[in-house]
Amino acid sequence: MKPTSMQWRDLVSESVAGLASRPLRTLLTVLGTVLGIAALVSTVGIAQTAGNRIIGTFDALQATSVVVTNESSWSGDAAVAFPSDSEDRLIRLNGVEAVGTLGSVNVGSDLVSAVKLDDPLGRYEFQISVLAASPGLLDAVKGELRMGRWFDVGHEERADDVVILGPGAASQLNIFRVDQQPVVFIGDKPFVVMGIIRDVDRQPQLLDAVIMPEATARKHYGYAGATTVQIDVSLGAGDLIAEQAPVALNPNDPTVYRVQKPPSVDSLRNRVEGEINSLFIILGGVSLLVGAIGIANVTLVSVLERVGEIGLRRAFGARRRHIAGQFLLESTTMGIIGGIIGATIGILVVVGLSAIRQWTPVLAPWIPFGAPLLGAVTGLLAGVFPSLRAASLEPVEALRSGT
Amino acid sequence: MAGTTLLQATGLRPAPLSPVLHLSGIGRTFLSGDTEVPALTDIDLTVTRGEYVSVVGPSGSGKSTLLHILGLLDRPTTGSYLFEGNEVADLDEASRTAIRGRRIGFVFQSFHLLSHRTVLENVTMAMLYTEVKRDVRVERARAALDAVGLTHRIEFPASRLSGGERQRVAIARAIVSGPSLVLADEPTGNLDSVTSESILGIFDSLRRSGQTIVMITHDASIAAHADRRVSLKDGRLQLEAAR
Ligand SMILES: Nc1ncnc2c1ncn2[C@@H]1O[C@H](COP(=O)(O)OP(=O)(O)O)[C@@H](O)[C@H]1O
Ligand SMILES: [Mg+2]
Repeated sequence: MKPTSMQWRDLVSESVAGLASRPLRTLLTVLGTVLGIAALVSTVGIAQTAGNRIIGTFDALQATSVVVTNESSWSGDAAVAFPSDSEDRLIRLNGVEAVGTLGSVNVGSDLVSAVKLDDPLGRYEFQISVLAASPGLLDAVKGELRMGRWFDVGHEERADDVVILGPGAASQLNIFRVDQQPVVFIGDKPFVVMGIIRDVDRQPQLLDAVIMPEATARKHYGYAGATTVQIDVSLGAGDLIAEQAPVALNPNDPTVYRVQKPPSVDSLRNRVEGEINSLFIILGGVSLLVGAIGIANVTLVSVLERVGEIGLRRAFGARRRHIAGQFLLESTTMGIIGGIIGATIGILVVVGLSAIRQWTPVLAPWIPFGAPLLGAVTGLLAGVFPSLRAASLEPVEALRSGT
Repeated sequence: MAGTTLLQATGLRPAPLSPVLHLSGIGRTFLSGDTEVPALTDIDLTVTRGEYVSVVGPSGSGKSTLLHILGLLDRPTTGSYLFEGNEVADLDEASRTAIRGRRIGFVFQSFHLLSHRTVLENVTMAMLYTEVKRDVRVERARAALDAVGLTHRIEFPASRLSGGERQRVAIARAIVSGPSLVLADEPTGNLDSVTSESILGIFDSLRRSGQTIVMITHDASIAAHADRRVSLKDGRLQLEAAR
């Protein structure tokens, strides 16, 4: 005769009915798992929220800036110039968002002056610092222009006689528009003003300077090369780029440059998360273990209480596997219920705590899904022994005990 | 099985004399410590289709042991057991379970209902493992409950039924799969005499509809309801008395 079988749907509904017939006990049994999962979820959530908070309070500007300089060391060694293709070498590195080079131009005693077109006699001379910059610098310092534009590779290649004014220099020179191509003089050399800076986030000396392309500076003043390389890196890439940049700039001896790297965000966050985590994850793990033992215990009690039912089902054609499956599914379901309730409580704890501290709650998306799964695994493991016990009962022995 | 299938296919009523079960030389010994205790010795018994047989005997005479062997819940130590013409004494567990679930209905002294479940659920449960579709299960359960006069209690939880009603549910559950054999172990043992009579009346009507029944009892007046009475004493069949 064809062996008996059980449909999945029936297995599920029998298991659910088994749990639903003792709702209070089911809830109490699930409590251990609820506590375990809640502890784990709130721990991970609080750690993530706090970790996020640390990044938030952290100066992102600082965290994404790497500066390489070739200032000679105290020992007095001559500074090693940056290669002229520094920008190209660095922009290729993974994690570099923008690169620009910057250096002072020695204009001797030359002063800077502007010609007022409507009043040729109103000619005032100022001592303003002159800097040379590469096309990428504006992005690297997170700068913005008030008007006009920053020079590009074309100006650099042609060594055009153009300048950009910092806002301080512009107001000293009384230049507020660039649409009519005003000219400034450095000494007696005229330069066309291409643009005026509104603001920069890094290298504030730019604000009071007259800035020209590097090739232009080389042509007129024998500019030797940049002294500073400003790199804008993506968040978290600071350490890596700080290590790689000097190598890219001078593979033979990277140590000739000084590197200012941002304080490491990752290590800070990891330390905080790590400290919170290790304690509470142990705590959560222990409560989860206690929860599993609770489920195992109650499932076993339930098996012993329902010996008669087991015998009855065997009389109806249930095979050992059907009996085992039913109890295994009951314990797994308890685990899932514990996981869901636990995750909910854990999330509420994280949200509540964040609300009190006025933090933004952060929770990895896998947690709401992972927690019930963890509960299910807990329940499944807890159910193995009781289920095997139930399946091993002989029908006659089982029926001898009343229901 | 082939005989049954043929009968079902031709739509004929089963031939009255084809045996549902045939025991020959059945023995069952239990190990009690190191000593073997014989509970049944050399039992020969044939029950034909449509027969209502009662097994009587004092407590400890081996009645329940015999019923467990008949119901394939237990294996005999020795002897041959033909169920519907097939040897089942040495069959593998999966096949025995299948025969038990599909061909045999059980009624117990202590009812064995699941008290948290409704009357209907208790009856449909008997078809849980035998590949009967859900709606068919409900349909059949309603018919079986109708046959025992419990239509009005279908959605009651079993815990709210009286003893007599519980046993009716158990009988409905035993017959719902259309078994070829119904086994009852002291079905009125927990009931008062008036209720007992009504339960015995249900068995009588089952008998009239052609159901094969083997009922265990220690009460001779109850045994009198059956067509045939066999008597057990110290694990041996004593005499067979026709009604
Ligand atoms: N599992 C068992 N282990 C040992 N002895 C048993 C077992 N089951 C029944 N017996 C013994 O077999 C004999 C018959 O028991 P049983 O069939 O229950 O009698 P009855 O149902 O007629 O009262 C008794 O002596 C009983 O002690
Ligand atoms: Mg007995």
